[in-house]
Amino acid sequence: MSGHPHSQPKSALGRWFYERLPLSDLTSHLMDYPTPRNLNYWWTFGGILAMMLVIQIVTGIVLVMHYTAHVDMAFASVEHIMRDVNYGWLLRYLHANGASMFFVAVYIHIFRGMYYGSYKAPREVLWMIGVLIYLVMMATAFMGYVLPWGQMSFWGAKVITNLFSAIPFFGEAITTWLWGGYAVDNPTLNRFFSLHYLLPFVLVGLVVLHIWSLHVPGNNNPAGITVRGGQDTLPFHPYFTMKDSFATVVFLMVLAAFVFFLPNYLGHAINYQEADPLVTPAHIVPEWYYLPFYAILRAIPDKLGGVVAMFGSILILFVLPWLDTSRVRSGTYRPIFKQFFWVFVIVCIGLGYLGSKPPEGAYVIWARILTAYYFIHFLVILPLLGLLESPKPLPPSIADAVLSRKKPTVPAE
Amino acid sequence: MKLLKTLGLAATGLALIAGAGLAAEGQKEAKDVSYSFEGPFGHFDKGQLQRGYKVYKEVCAACHAMKYVSFRNLADPGGPGFSPEQAKALAATYTVQDGPGEDGEMFERPGIPSDRFPSPFPNDKAAANANGGAVPPDLSLITKSRAGWYGTIEHLIHGIGGPEYVFSVLTGYEEPHGELKAEQPEGKYYNPYFASGHWISMAPPLVDGQVTFDDGAPNTVADMSRDVSAFLAWTAEPKLEERKSMGFATMIYLAVLALLLYLVKKKLWARVH
Amino acid sequence: MATAEHAEHADVNRRDFLYIATGAVAAVGGALAVWPLINQMNPDASVLALATVEVDLSPIAAGQAITLKWRGNPVFVRHRTPAEIEAAKAVNPEELIDPLARNQNVPEGSLATDQNRVVGEKESFLVMMGVCTHLGCVPIGNAGEYALVEGSARTGGWFCPCHGSHYDTAGRIRKGPAPENLAIPKYEYLSDTLIRIG
Repeated sequence: MSGHPHSQPKSALGRWFYERLPLSDLTSHLMDYPTPRNLNYWWTFGGILAMMLVIQIVTGIVLVMHYTAHVDMAFASVEHIMRDVNYGWLLRYLHANGASMFFVAVYIHIFRGMYYGSYKAPREVLWMIGVLIYLVMMATAFMGYVLPWGQMSFWGAKVITNLFSAIPFFGEAITTWLWGGYAVDNPTLNRFFSLHYLLPFVLVGLVVLHIWSLHVPGNNNPAGITVRGGQDTLPFHPYFTMKDSFATVVFLMVLAAFVFFLPNYLGHAINYQEADPLVTPAHIVPEWYYLPFYAILRAIPDKLGGVVAMFGSILILFVLPWLDTSRVRSGTYRPIFKQFFWVFVIVCIGLGYLGSKPPEGAYVIWARILTAYYFIHFLVILPLLGLLESPKPLPPSIADAVLSRKKPTVPAE
Repeated sequence: MKLLKTLGLAATGLALIAGAGLAAEGQKEAKDVSYSFEGPFGHFDKGQLQRGYKVYKEVCAACHAMKYVSFRNLADPGGPGFSPEQAKALAATYTVQDGPGEDGEMFERPGIPSDRFPSPFPNDKAAANANGGAVPPDLSLITKSRAGWYGTIEHLIHGIGGPEYVFSVLTGYEEPHGELKAEQPEGKYYNPYFASGHWISMAPPLVDGQVTFDDGAPNTVADMSRDVSAFLAWTAEPKLEERKSMGFATMIYLAVLALLLYLVKKKLWARVH
Repeated sequence: MATAEHAEHADVNRRDFLYIATGAVAAVGGALAVWPLINQMNPDASVLALATVEVDLSPIAAGQAITLKWRGNPVFVRHRTPAEIEAAKAVNPEELIDPLARNQNVPEGSLATDQNRVVGEKESFLVMMGVCTHLGCVPIGNAGEYALVEGSARTGGWFCPCHGSHYDTAGRIRKGPAPENLAIPKYEYLSDTLIRIG
């Protein structure tokens, strides 16, 4: 990749360095990267996610300068941050609400991928790295929520770590190993602290692989058709750097609205009570971004079955590229798929609602119906749709789709 | 079209997730009181905070600790607005434990501004024994750790209702009748607003005229409850005013930056459309 | 032709202005955003609250000293006997290893007379950082060759056991590797028996 016209530095010092480590090749690759010109704003969320990861890491590192990971001092250290540390309240609210916004962005990003077929060949590995990123995000956020050692921190940790005891034969031993004791206590808090600090850097590595595996085939686009030539693309800088910057600032406005005016809206009031292992809260509820999976967990009456269903609902995403049999990528040209996609979105929101409700009566019945539908969507609907649906004709090229008003005449490939 | 569809879905989603305004475990929804610190431009009323502090000191502090608040906080900006000298004098009216001294024993001394508010009991067991088995909760964060009502939409429009919860409990005692009276547990009182079921261990703490305010403000139970719940909203969120004013400036700044970036984007893309 | 060029030139100006304005606004926001990240490392409110301490002198009898912690370091507060004060006054500061007062309460560059080692006329009390100016150990009181000897007892003076520095009854270095007299922090008398340090 050397000898790229843009990246050769002009100064003598620059050339000396370039011969030893051609960093500017990387930056010019990223800046010149040919990006489909028809990307819409749903494509800005990848960049938004990268920014959120940076914000979480930076605020997290400065918070750790003041936090104490011991069961007797954790809660008080967080109050110390909120009251005494200069701008501590701001850093804490940024980190807590930043986590929620991180998940808002990741869900939009995932649903974008599902609608436009971004998981289809040749982007299967890109998609699977993405699912892995999602799993690591969930682990990171789970452990991070335990650190303030409030009532919900403790009891959420207890409920979720107890799930591992459902594993046959080894369950109890694994759970004891996870806890470092016979219950969630100081050893658990300390190892969660260590891993919560570690995993974001694992995320950075995964994100690098994610972007690399994206840049091999190039971006997908709303039409779902492959780039044919230079007229279909624009250099990433300045067209998409500026477009992404704009979208990012709008996203930051939403984050700022929560941080400054609704800082505790997305959380649970009871987490402002210090953890008490002897008093169980009336309703143990995870953070909103886990609610759909919580609903699935509780929908299955069997403990192990619930755990399998819950993890299964995420793991099934790994094989999505092979479950969807359609040869057309984008939902834009798949009118029946489009309907089922929106039904799926409503089902996910519905599961989220049910996850926040006590597991009784009609709530349980609906949770079972929607859980069944969730799996049916992946295992039955998507495979059948690809075989039975007649997609709309695709435009001949991206440039045509964007620039010309010609009616598309080329039939679906 | 897609955007409209998505917005419609988001609204449906929110409305779905919003429950009715029911509270947990039969807790009656708190009375909605209006406070000066509500809303994006809200701020504390210093006079109210000072009256609320007086209620805490003369009534609540007998049983309730406030361990995350320091005396010096009383002089902080965005708070009750005592001067540093007044805060120092107020601190000195308290006795705090210090030590060990040279003889190896703990001793007592008057408070200084850097001290925290002392707890009326040495530990939770002593607190429970003196209060019929129930530990009076620490009040530093009480208005952030309780919800006056439930529901996603309700929380968005009316707030989470922490201060309103405190107000409602303080003003919500009722004389139980009939069936309720028959099942009244020993040493407990009927209060439908209490979050852990409607039998509360705390006797009604306030009577009309109990605390006289230096500014001559009215001192019915409702007035004192309003003032002390506002004071406790400050102890839970001492940075509220700074947060909201910084928020206003930040939103303006981000809006300007967003507009500029939008114009830049439009200008760039005009070449290629 | 001229109009077209002019139009293009004006267009370039407007475009550049927009980019420059946007860049400037973004840069200002970036700086404002970075500030809390830097400022959070500054001493927080609870540390600043302990930045001053008030000390009641009345329990300290003549010939007695207390050590208290202030800003993380020990401070010696000694109620000197008249003999200690006299011995300190008898020394010519220009013959000292360190002739300067090292007292934050007197002008910079003042000589280390005994008067300049206390505040105002209150010569009975000596208030000094208990940190040896060599490498930071805590000197031992009533010890060293410049303490007053009465029979088997020593009064006043300090000796640092780490590398053998001797300080006199005004806390001035007289022998040993320490380069400076023991530092005297900022303090003031709030009353005859109450000082505020810091």
